[in-house]
Amino acid sequence: MAGRFSHASIEKHAYVLLILALLTISIGGIVEIVPLFTIETTVEHVKGVRPYSPLEQAGRDIYVREGCYLCHSQMIRSLRDEVERYGHYSLAAESMYDHPFQWGSRRIGPDLARVGGKYSNDWHYGHLINPQSLVPESLMPKYAFLAETPLAYGNIAEKLKTLRIVGVPYSDDEVTNAKADLEAQATPGADTDALVKRYPKAIAVPGNGKSVTELDALVAYLQVLGTMVDFADPSAENLQQ
Amino acid sequence: MASNIERDHVTGTETTGHEWDGLKELNTPLPKWWLYTWIACTIWALVMFVLYPAIPYGKSYFHGLIGFSTRDEVAADVKAVQAQRNVMMSKVGSASFDDIRKNPELLAAAQTAGRLTFANNCQPCHGAGGSGQVGYPALAAGAWIWGGKLEDIQQTLTYGIRSGLDQARDSQMPKFGADGLLKPAEIQQVADYVETAYFGLKDKDATPASIKAGEALYATNCAACHGDKGEGNREVGAPRLASKVHLNGGTRESIVKQVITPHLGVMPNWNTRLDAATIKSVAIYVHDLGGGE
Repeated sequence: MAGRFSHASIEKHAYVLLILALLTISIGGIVEIVPLFTIETTVEHVKGVRPYSPLEQAGRDIYVREGCYLCHSQMIRSLRDEVERYGHYSLAAESMYDHPFQWGSRRIGPDLARVGGKYSNDWHYGHLINPQSLVPESLMPKYAFLAETPLAYGNIAEKLKTLRIVGVPYSDDEVTNAKADLEAQATPGADTDALVKRYPKAIAVPGNGKSVTELDALVAYLQVLGTMVDFADPSAENLQQ
Repeated sequence: MASNIERDHVTGTETTGHEWDGLKELNTPLPKWWLYTWIACTIWALVMFVLYPAIPYGKSYFHGLIGFSTRDEVAADVKAVQAQRNVMMSKVGSASFDDIRKNPELLAAAQTAGRLTFANNCQPCHGAGGSGQVGYPALAAGAWIWGGKLEDIQQTLTYGIRSGLDQARDSQMPKFGADGLLKPAEIQQVADYVETAYFGLKDKDATPASIKAGEALYATNCAACHGDKGEGNREVGAPRLASKVHLNGGTRESIVKQVITPHLGVMPNWNTRLDAATIKSVAIYVHDLGGGE
């Protein structure tokens, strides 16, 4: 009864009680979380997923800043109705370079996980500037100011470096060329060969020819969503988890 | 503390032996119904633990005795609904447009598939019922740029317009203003001519002399694609100008803007998102909106 870890002595020592309580509670978390890191198929091995291009990454930051995730999910669940409407269910691998991921949980607007390529660039510009001009019943706010706000991208190389620290495999080459790649993707008539070589399937946006705007970045981001994995290629992946 | 267990004389239950400043705690046993429910739930949980994927080991995990997977389940669900649809849709896919028209059952299936697919994929640009928007053709009005026959629509849907595919419909309009092919004054003259001759606009600033000069400029610069009488040319996707429906809004400003830096519409190719039978169904639906040829 008088032992160091007897019921009575633990209850009488607040710090011992606190530490033992934390240890006990953490068992539940460890049991659930640790296997996700050890099991190889938690994130599927698929071809095609690449880090975002600098402009797409900048657009993603606008997406987060404007709180798009509050109304739009990026997570097609493995349910028939969702697969029918939005396309192949989302894979963990498709958001493995997202920090943080934008899965979201509300669908006031439609899911955006595979919106890339579904509409033309022009449509996205027109729709973000004034959604009701194209979809009369839409209750989305107008984001016309993005078209007038120059994108602040002076620190884009540093941004990529920071992402590298958390595990996004940007190469030195990609970091060095970050600014050039960003400008190439949003400048009319620019040579995008080097960009597309580094970031396959990157979609060049029209831009206004004067400065890169926040809207350019956001459209570039939207146009790449869900397009990286080629689901038509049956040999591409084994999606079984 | 726990050594002071005693029997409470009111309830007849033992105390826990804990005492806080004279307060003692009864050690009332758990109600039987609760205890048995809890034991049953625990056993149930252990059974589920073995049946479903729940036990990890190192790099992999035990997939469960019944081999459940949400991914297999959705694949089976989709397969089942496709099998149901394929009864009709496989026929839609293989039949010619004429044969579909002749078979009311097939036609109804194609129209339904077309209507649902249109609402999800096409309506954001072309408007409900194909009413069109500025920059996006009015399908119901028959203002076809690349052709309004079923086969034409099917072709456009499959490969898109300026979508980047080799088979896509593609053409360019020169940047008459931005590239200096026409002087600013000449652009105004062309606009004077086009708005009065084809757009039916009454503009008191458009003088007969200016209209005449515009006509001559039109003949040398625009007629090659848009036709001598503004009838357009579907071979190159040059919109009909002599029309009541205009792609870019039908205002004088829209003419000037288009001549300076043309807006060249893009339509995605749908062959990667929709199967051939569905595309065919959408073609039939679009054709039947009111403008089909």
